[in-house]
Amino acid sequence: MTAVVSHRLKPSGFRISKRVLPYVLSLPALLVCIGILIPFLTSVVYSFQRYRLSQPWARQFNWGDNYISFFTDPKFWNTLKVSLLYAGTTVVLELLLGLAIALLLQKRSTLNNFISIMLLMPLMTAPALAALMWKLMTNPGFGVLSYLASLIGLQDFRWASSPSTALLTVVLVDIWVYTPFIMILLLAGLRSLPTQPFEAAALDGVPRSFVFFRITLPMLTPYILTATLFRLLDSIQQFDIIYAMTQGGPGDTLTVFQVEAYLNFFQSTNVGRSAALMIILWAITYFLSNIFIKNWLRLRERARGQA
Amino acid sequence: MEHTSLLERILRGVALTLVVIFFMFPIVWIFMMSFQTNETILRIPPQLIFEPTLANYTALITGKLMTAAGTLDIAFMRNLWNSVFLSVTSVAVSLLLGVPAAYAFARHKFRGSEDIAFTLLSFRFAPALLVLLPLTLYFQKLGLANTYIGLIWVYQLICLPLILWIVRGYFEDIPADIEYAYRIGGHSWFATFRKIALPLAGPGIAAAGLLAFIFAWNNFVFALVLASADKQPVTVGALAFITSSGIQYGQISAAIVLSITPTLALALYAQRYLVEGLSLGAVKG
Repeated sequence: MTAVVSHRLKPSGFRISKRVLPYVLSLPALLVCIGILIPFLTSVVYSFQRYRLSQPWARQFNWGDNYISFFTDPKFWNTLKVSLLYAGTTVVLELLLGLAIALLLQKRSTLNNFISIMLLMPLMTAPALAALMWKLMTNPGFGVLSYLASLIGLQDFRWASSPSTALLTVVLVDIWVYTPFIMILLLAGLRSLPTQPFEAAALDGVPRSFVFFRITLPMLTPYILTATLFRLLDSIQQFDIIYAMTQGGPGDTLTVFQVEAYLNFFQSTNVGRSAALMIILWAITYFLSNIFIKNWLRLRERARGQA
Repeated sequence: MEHTSLLERILRGVALTLVVIFFMFPIVWIFMMSFQTNETILRIPPQLIFEPTLANYTALITGKLMTAAGTLDIAFMRNLWNSVFLSVTSVAVSLLLGVPAAYAFARHKFRGSEDIAFTLLSFRFAPALLVLLPLTLYFQKLGLANTYIGLIWVYQLICLPLILWIVRGYFEDIPADIEYAYRIGGHSWFATFRKIALPLAGPGIAAAGLLAFIFAWNNFVFALVLASADKQPVTVGALAFITSSGIQYGQISAAIVLSITPTLALALYAQRYLVEGLSLGAVKG
């Protein structure tokens, strides 16, 4: 009662009703959202049209033709295959490597903390610039990695410019940039685990492999899931590294979804096909992000609970 | 854990050394290349010891490259300025829009609040080109193509979800009782927001801003699609180098060093908050 009275007695500053206030506060951010939703809906419309920038007069609805043609289009299957292969390889390797490094750095010490901070540097490098760095290092003329490859007997190892090693090269760059992401999340997870189960296990003389598989891994699972899904969502949409490194080449070796959509839009000016590709990619990421958000929320609530 | 064998300690040491070499080598190597002339860069085997030169940096900073064939203009400083301007302004706009919204989402459960918050979050995970490609056509009609305003608007896709979700977490961490006490003292919600909530969430807001800056700076695809040469940031500008004639590898390296130094420096400065920021507020460091 006193609260209400004193509030009425001393009105100060803005007076906005309590019901309207949150809407007023979030409205500007919401408006920016709506501005973005319009192009999204446009993409849906385009994907059901025959629409080429070079032939604007022939623009018309062809309904599902863009999607149906994908079934018999080897280029589409290649896009799907390369995207899944890229996402699968990078995420699995980054998870294994990131977990291993996190375990190596688990103990808090000055050296370990220093190393974990140093390892953040690749992650903070713009992926497009990281690709450029690796491009310089794998240059057949003077690249230091080409030289090192020749030392171990790989004469004329072509890295990203050969169809047989292009995927390997971009995966390597992806690993260089994003392994620290998984490492840092898992390290934070490892260090936040309760100590009692480990002390009890040590007291009972439980073998370390048992501790790892039966205590550490299960307790770390929410962190592993969140980090993995996060990476999977980004990796299936990878554009920067692949475009900066090879522009989807050589040939169509690396035409993952976003690169293929980009090339369709700007090179073959086939807006309809490009939009249909993006809608399919969106469907995949929408499905993945729903699973991700569930895990992410659980982790978030846990973090808030600890605060 | 205390009684680790000597063998295990050696193996751990070797593994950590390999990890550090793999992740640090490219940065160190490009840094070294940026102080070399084309002659030393092209030498085989690659040189570890060389006479360092600042010529690459002077060429980039003065924008003039003297070659045997004549003087070449390099617009790299323009790219660098674009990166600074685009990132700073985008983050400022994002903070202005995102911090009040984050406060609303943290303090008031209102109808549709979670839906809006999740819609904003979903932007973080939607394919960028899904929105960007139709946007190029709209921007041409609206006269926003190749303008800073258009770019800053689109950059909100990167900065806003990040700021909203991190800052929301920091507001939620402030006990509501502190704010109630201040409100009971007869202060308006705005005074409470300004005098209590903002200062308490201050470090978190600053960290979110720094992270948003890093992500805006590192973005590539938005400017690649929506900006021409005079508005392009370093990520797009540096890539154009490799195809432009006359530019030497030392200058490309120097451009990379200048382009990644700001984000690396900021990341080291804000590293305490990186875990929380990278996980969009789900994991605390």
